[in-house]
Amino acid sequence: MTEQSPAIELKGISKAFGPVQANKDISIRVMPGTIHGIIGENGAGKSTLMSILYGFYKADSGEIFINGKKTEIPDSQAAISAGIGMVFQHFKLVENFTVLENVILGVEDGFLLKPSLNKARKELRQLAEEYELNVDPDAVIENIGVGMQQRVEILKALYRRADILILDEPTGVLTPSEADQLFRILGRLREEGKTIILITHKLREIMDITDTVSVMRRGEMTATVKTAETNPSHLAELMVGRKVLLQVDKAPAQPGEIILDVKNLNVTDEQGVHRVKDVSFNIRAGEILGIAGVAGNGQSELLEVLGGYCVATGDIFMNGEPIDLTGDKSDGQSRRERGIAHVPEDRHREGLILNFSAWENTAFGYHKDGKYQKNGVLMDNAAIVQDTAEKMERFDVRPPNPMLAAKNFSGGNQQKIVVAREIERNPDLLLIGQPTRGVDIGAIEFIHKQIIALRDQGKAILLVSVELDEIMSLSDRIAVMFDGKIMGERLPDETNTQELGLLMAGVQGETA
Amino acid sequence: MNKMPNWADTILVPLLSLLLAAVISGVVIALIGHNPIYALKLMVSGALGTSTNFSYTLYYATNFIFTGLAVAVAYHARMFNIGGEGQAYIGGLGAALACLYIPWPHWTLALIGGGLAAAIFGAAWAAIPAYLQAKRGSHIVITTIMFNYMSYPVVNYLLNGPIKAEGMEPATPSFAAEIALPNLSAILGTFGIAFSDRGPANFALVIALLACVGVWILIWRTKLGYETRAFGESESAAKYAGINPTKIIMIAMLISGALAGMMAINNVMGEAERLVLNAVEGAGFIGIAVALMGRNHPLGILIAALLFGILYQGGAELSAELRIPREMVTVIQALVILFTGALDNMVRMPIEKLFLSLRRKEAK
Repeated sequence: MTEQSPAIELKGISKAFGPVQANKDISIRVMPGTIHGIIGENGAGKSTLMSILYGFYKADSGEIFINGKKTEIPDSQAAISAGIGMVFQHFKLVENFTVLENVILGVEDGFLLKPSLNKARKELRQLAEEYELNVDPDAVIENIGVGMQQRVEILKALYRRADILILDEPTGVLTPSEADQLFRILGRLREEGKTIILITHKLREIMDITDTVSVMRRGEMTATVKTAETNPSHLAELMVGRKVLLQVDKAPAQPGEIILDVKNLNVTDEQGVHRVKDVSFNIRAGEILGIAGVAGNGQSELLEVLGGYCVATGDIFMNGEPIDLTGDKSDGQSRRERGIAHVPEDRHREGLILNFSAWENTAFGYHKDGKYQKNGVLMDNAAIVQDTAEKMERFDVRPPNPMLAAKNFSGGNQQKIVVAREIERNPDLLLIGQPTRGVDIGAIEFIHKQIIALRDQGKAILLVSVELDEIMSLSDRIAVMFDGKIMGERLPDETNTQELGLLMAGVQGETA
Repeated sequence: MNKMPNWADTILVPLLSLLLAAVISGVVIALIGHNPIYALKLMVSGALGTSTNFSYTLYYATNFIFTGLAVAVAYHARMFNIGGEGQAYIGGLGAALACLYIPWPHWTLALIGGGLAAAIFGAAWAAIPAYLQAKRGSHIVITTIMFNYMSYPVVNYLLNGPIKAEGMEPATPSFAAEIALPNLSAILGTFGIAFSDRGPANFALVIALLACVGVWILIWRTKLGYETRAFGESESAAKYAGINPTKIIMIAMLISGALAGMMAINNVMGEAERLVLNAVEGAGFIGIAVALMGRNHPLGILIAALLFGILYQGGAELSAELRIPREMVTVIQALVILFTGALDNMVRMPIEKLFLSLRRKEAK
């Protein structure tokens, strides 16, 4: 019997964007009926590689073989007809269409919609039975949860006869239990002979579900190994190119006075949606309160209120003094004056101005600081540049060039610019949201150390993260938010991901 | 990584756009039966040939500097102020009222008083659209256009009634002779430089140059400018930093309106010495092209304003000399605006690609 030909084989794929070599001579073989993980840091070239496979980019050189046959993929139509389906990180669904309408979008049979819909309904039922992919075909997308929406994306691909499924960071938006469910579905698809490529930066997912794993670093494929024959720290080392500490070293917290006291906080947004519901908590000096939860359950609004740019009702006390939550003077400036520093969740939208240089970003929010002024009217740009250069040195920002625009730094270095700016203000309270989102492992280690160091100086820290591992390893206390409410507080030593996962999904434990 | 060096972005691209516009203009001129090379010569000599002609060029350029700066300041706050035309017209009304009804003892005081009045009137005309944008979310492009149209009947009514001079013409009386601004020949004369006194260029040019410096300091050296640019780049980030959007929109638009209004120092106080019908003559709109071409930087605006001054004056000479209709000259001006503004990317993209491939070759 001849050797089975691989479902996908890439030979010598290279792709450059200008001077940046995003993919360098990449070769990979994925056997049918397997789950193949591709892991690497942000910017390692994973997404570029998949975009080439899906026809969004054309490779500068190299060949693609599908089921042993050399295939040209000039656009996504060609990819689909070659049997490749893609589930994007950000879903491509029409929010106000039903599941069924989304599934047939673009592959309607004839002029009239009805026959296509009927046909799709039948087929969907079949697919649902075959792969345990249960969704209500008549539900409107905006009314169903993220996990369900993702299943619709998978159905869309299967409906288009995909034999090869590419999933790009599929668990970023899911709760742990939803992720488990997704993995069950993927397992089922594998049993039915489908080939799956899973792109992720989470080592745990790779270990849990893949058969083989390829590691990418700086555009190159550094290794392809059988998952059973490797372990997380080895993979991390391959990703970063050096040994990494996956565990955070920290001494027990020594909590002091209450720094921040939040009582019955409520936020209703402009659409009238009640985002934060009666939230109360406090943070003491020298401790880290971690807020866990799936994105979109009120954590962002909570940070915005504390950061001074979201209107709320309730009481917040900082060092025992009330904070004005509604007046004209309630803004980011007044919060900074009260000793609150804020590393926002989204550095591209809030924390940085991408077209500003690093030095302009270092002054951001603190541009009224006296030491950044001269003659009373003008900003002392030279002083800011100097200050920035020193901060960049202390935080090991690369390249250490204050004149470079923020957009030209990597994610990790951008985040270091923000973290340096906020932490070096020596705040009484640090708000820090998604501190390591889109940040490479090396920088994660560094940023975590800075957060612990600030805590050990006796500062209060509010940490919001969707990464449970991060919450578990950094926090001294953990609060879980679901649907705008705090579902409960736990101590990291006395809980586990299963319990937190249930709370994140809104399931109240017996002890809560 | 920048796609191409700075000099290519700021000099090469506009220059090539200009060249393209010139080539197509040449085709147009050839099509109506004239020699394009000769036409170009006429235009250049018409704009720069004699110091009288050059004086006209500088006069137009002064107008465009004010309106160009006005567009630029608003643009840094991501406000597209299309209302320069109306703001300059109302600014002219302010200048005229100040010059007609206050007996200034000396031209310097008239300059300050009249200039202030022009700025305040222009700012006031921008204030309402600004407020509607900041508080009600009415789009500034729509409202400033509407305010242009509203400025015309307001001033026309006043020029035909309450402040009309004796006679047939819808215009104010002439200002007192003592408060006339010195013209460029007088200013240059004090330095011993001979310059024609038959052209309209006047002391307003000095104010325009000062305004360039002032805007540069404001935008790149002050907290207000920093906040304005930050707001213009990212509203969400500005909110995070505690920058008040309403305040920035209002202040940027008030300064913008004031700059547009200050054009009156040139056309009303410096040249006509009275307010006439349609005094702005489209300079408010040219300001948009000038700001676009000048990349919203005062130095770029200065250069672009000079270029448009040359186009204006040279174009006028061209139409007089060749007896081609004035509209043909407008076509040429429009081509320049089209290529330097709207079709910017058409030139930019190939050049970017060129630089990228050059760089890749270097890397290899």
